[in-house]
Amino acid sequence: MDTLLLSRIQFGANISFHILFPTITIALGWVLLFFKLRFNATGEQKWMDAYMFWVKIFALSFAMGVVSGITMSFQFGTNWPGFMETVGNVAGPLLAYEVMTAFFLEAVFLGIMLFGASRVKPWVHTLATFLVAFGTTMSAFWIIVLNSWMHTPQGHELRDGIVFATNWWEIIFNPSMPYRLIHMLLASGLTVAFLIAGISALRLLWGDRAENVKSTFRFGIITGAVLIPLQILAGDHHGLNTLEYQPAKVAAMEGNWETGPNVPLLLFAIPDDAERTNHFELRIPNGASLILTHKLDGVVPGLNDFVAEDGTPLHPRVAPVFFSFRVMVGTGMAMLILSWAGLYYLRRYGAENMPRLPLYAFTAMSFSGWIATLAGWYTTEIGRQPWLVQGILTTKEAVSDVPSGMVLGTLIGYLLVYAALIIAYIAVITYLARKASRGEPMSTRRYPRSGEAEVAALQPGE
Amino acid sequence: MEMFGDPAVWLPWTFAFLMGLSILIYVILDGFDLGVGLLMPLAEPVEKDRLVASIGPFWDANETWLVLAIGLLLVAFPTAHGVILTSLYFPVFVMLIGLILRGVSFEFRAKAPIAQKPRWNAAFFAGSLMASMSQGFMLGMYVMGLTWTWSHIGFALLTAVFLTVGYSFIGAAWLIAKTDGALQRRAVGWAKGGIWGLILGIVAISLATPFVSSRIFEKWFSLPEFLYLSPLPVLSAVLVIYLWWQLRNLPKSTGKRVWAPFAAAMALFALAFCGMAYSFYPYVVPEQITIYEAASAPESLFIILIGTVFVLPAILGYTVLSYYIFRGKATELRYD
Ligand code: HDD
Ligand code: HEM
Ligand code: HEM
Repeated sequence: MDTLLLSRIQFGANISFHILFPTITIALGWVLLFFKLRFNATGEQKWMDAYMFWVKIFALSFAMGVVSGITMSFQFGTNWPGFMETVGNVAGPLLAYEVMTAFFLEAVFLGIMLFGASRVKPWVHTLATFLVAFGTTMSAFWIIVLNSWMHTPQGHELRDGIVFATNWWEIIFNPSMPYRLIHMLLASGLTVAFLIAGISALRLLWGDRAENVKSTFRFGIITGAVLIPLQILAGDHHGLNTLEYQPAKVAAMEGNWETGPNVPLLLFAIPDDAERTNHFELRIPNGASLILTHKLDGVVPGLNDFVAEDGTPLHPRVAPVFFSFRVMVGTGMAMLILSWAGLYYLRRYGAENMPRLPLYAFTAMSFSGWIATLAGWYTTEIGRQPWLVQGILTTKEAVSDVPSGMVLGTLIGYLLVYAALIIAYIAVITYLARKASRGEPMSTRRYPRSGEAEVAALQPGE
Repeated sequence: MEMFGDPAVWLPWTFAFLMGLSILIYVILDGFDLGVGLLMPLAEPVEKDRLVASIGPFWDANETWLVLAIGLLLVAFPTAHGVILTSLYFPVFVMLIGLILRGVSFEFRAKAPIAQKPRWNAAFFAGSLMASMSQGFMLGMYVMGLTWTWSHIGFALLTAVFLTVGYSFIGAAWLIAKTDGALQRRAVGWAKGGIWGLILGIVAISLATPFVSSRIFEKWFSLPEFLYLSPLPVLSAVLVIYLWWQLRNLPKSTGKRVWAPFAAAMALFALAFCGMAYSFYPYVVPEQITIYEAASAPESLFIILIGTVFVLPAILGYTVLSYYIFRGKATELRYD
């Protein structure tokens, strides 16, 4: 394998690992703030219990996100030196603002949020929780701005092949940014909703009937049920936006070879890049036209429009885009069905007497948000190939000249570490849930409520 | 913009300064928490939690200075960034794996089943070791002009060891300030054992740099520069003697002066760093690319600068706030 392919795999592996954890922390930060505010308002212990359980998972995810993020910031230089050399004038300031406005904020206040409960006033602790949640969302904002600009660049000019920024407003509010940001934030919300519902379901299955478990179970289902229709709507609009700016990607997502009206929606097919056709199609007539243009005879772009004179394709490889898109949408549909069924079960039985079947289903879907998120990113990113920055820089031009053996060796190293860490991460979450459902205290730390007198809660021998 | 003269001159300079500043802050701050990680195997099992607690609330923000430094290199000097990082591909990989292992061990050692704790303690140490060694190695390679010859690798391995010992020294100095009782006494012992790494490291680099490049030799050993510069080595020597003397008398029963070794260590790192900065200026890739050649477009740098002017003081402010909130001995901080 050559350095280019290996670098792509390595970058893909690193960013895939990284995104798993921000996806959790972005929304979980706000959820923790919600638990904290409920506790401040009602004084009910269950909200504090929920906070103390989920703050651990937050801390763990955050640490994983930070260390994998540090890896990311080196990847540009080690593997894609051409990226910064060509578009550094745009990418640089965006990354710099992410570090300055987001990373320091979250890193510093995380310390206060995790360790400061007994050292600062309760409102300061609540404020720290807010600032951490705000910081993670700011991170997402800046990096999505950059990523979206790579898909739909504008607000710049080219001088001798180098990008110079001309209009920062246009760069930040580039055409795909609002769609991608909203879709990503909703994805984060859904990931966390299903994680919370799933882990709570697991604890219910283990016979844990603590108040906080029932509350978080309800919270997860309701949040999921509210967000998933919004996500589907946002996804639909995102697709329309992509149709406008990156038609080759949409053609690959739909598996459509010839431009034309009345294009069917393919539920399944095996795209064949060599033959330039699909095998084993399972279709819904006019479906793709209807979804993408909202008309039965709307014209959908085909892949054959994106071939150079000499026959080299100017579109991405079809199969990965085609399948990952279906995995994402399929997961989304499963989320829709399950969360709405969950609402029905909640009304009918309540969390206390929930039958086992939905509990199993929610447990199985605990990490479904990860699957949909990764599949979504693969669609987006692989669909942009052969471009790294659409229309400006190809992936091939950006790659470094590091020997392929070196890239392969480090790739294997990363993969081994990541595999071990994912296993440890899921195992520890399960272990924490197990421990909590045995009724072991979640924390010896005291989180005073606003207005309460502060009592130093020092345990002997600490 | 014109107010300060040619922006193509002062902007790269400012960014080189900011980048240097964040590298220095990183080396000091993450230096002490990497150092504490390096000392883990020396501590008694019951003391390990306190070691980790003493850096718990700080390490993440400390590491963010690395992200800022590499970010500034990346945004302000894109060409240099590519050259430096591709030639240091492998040590960077080792460092990243080290930082990953270390960063997650903080959480895992406290949250995984108790039987697995020793394993995560080991990962914590191994990660700290990998990160410090690779950073020392990269420093050595950088001083040698980023060319991979056997003698350069040999020198870099030497600086790897020195920096690692130096980090464990500043880590011990941190522990002297943040702990008490038996642990504090042991930390004084560790500091005495580690100080030589720092000294040898500074000496090795100070001696090697002028001989790698005649340009640097000229910059130091010609008159009158030599006279202006003489305070640097003299002050360093004074600091080393002061450290030696302090360590012999610590810990005091009054608890006074516990911060002295840490403060002196910080000053030493800063002096050594200034010396290096003087040697390499105006190059960002030694003897190959100057900061002026590598700089991004002034428009882009200016956009970042505006943000920096507002944000950097805020960052410094809440960093100080957090050190203030978590002042005092590291006893009651814990992961659970
Ligand atoms: C929980 C996660 C999740 C769920 C349930 C969905 N998505 Fe999604 N999708 C993402 C998470 C995601 C993502 C990870 O956030 C992506 C990758 C990049 C982005 O902006 O969002 C994405 C990308 C993405 C794209 C590619 C955009 C581009 O061209 O760059 C489209 C067209 C859709 N989505 C459409 C949908 C539709 C129609 C869904 C209906 C079920 C759907 N998504 C569910
Ligand atoms: C976080 C979620 C993301 C995931 C899961 C993801 C996934 C991927 C994958 C799988 C590839 C390889 C595609 C291929 O070449 O076949 C890739 C490429 C790349 N992506 Fe992303 N990406 C994400 C976000 C980002 C962001 C935020 C940026 C920019 C700031 C980015 C920049 C790049 C670059 C530079 C490449 C390498 C060149 C390439 O192969 O396209 N990605 N990404
Ligand atoms: C190539 C692209 C990326 C780079 C270079 C990058 C870099 C980083 C770095 C260095 C950190 C650690 C910050 C700290 O020290 O506290 C981090 C954390 C984070 N990143 Fe990324 N990142 C990338 C992609 C993304 C994407 C696509 C998202 C989300 C949409 C994201 C969201 C976050 C968030 C929310 C955090 C902080 C919370 C956490 O660590 O879990 N990043 N990132």
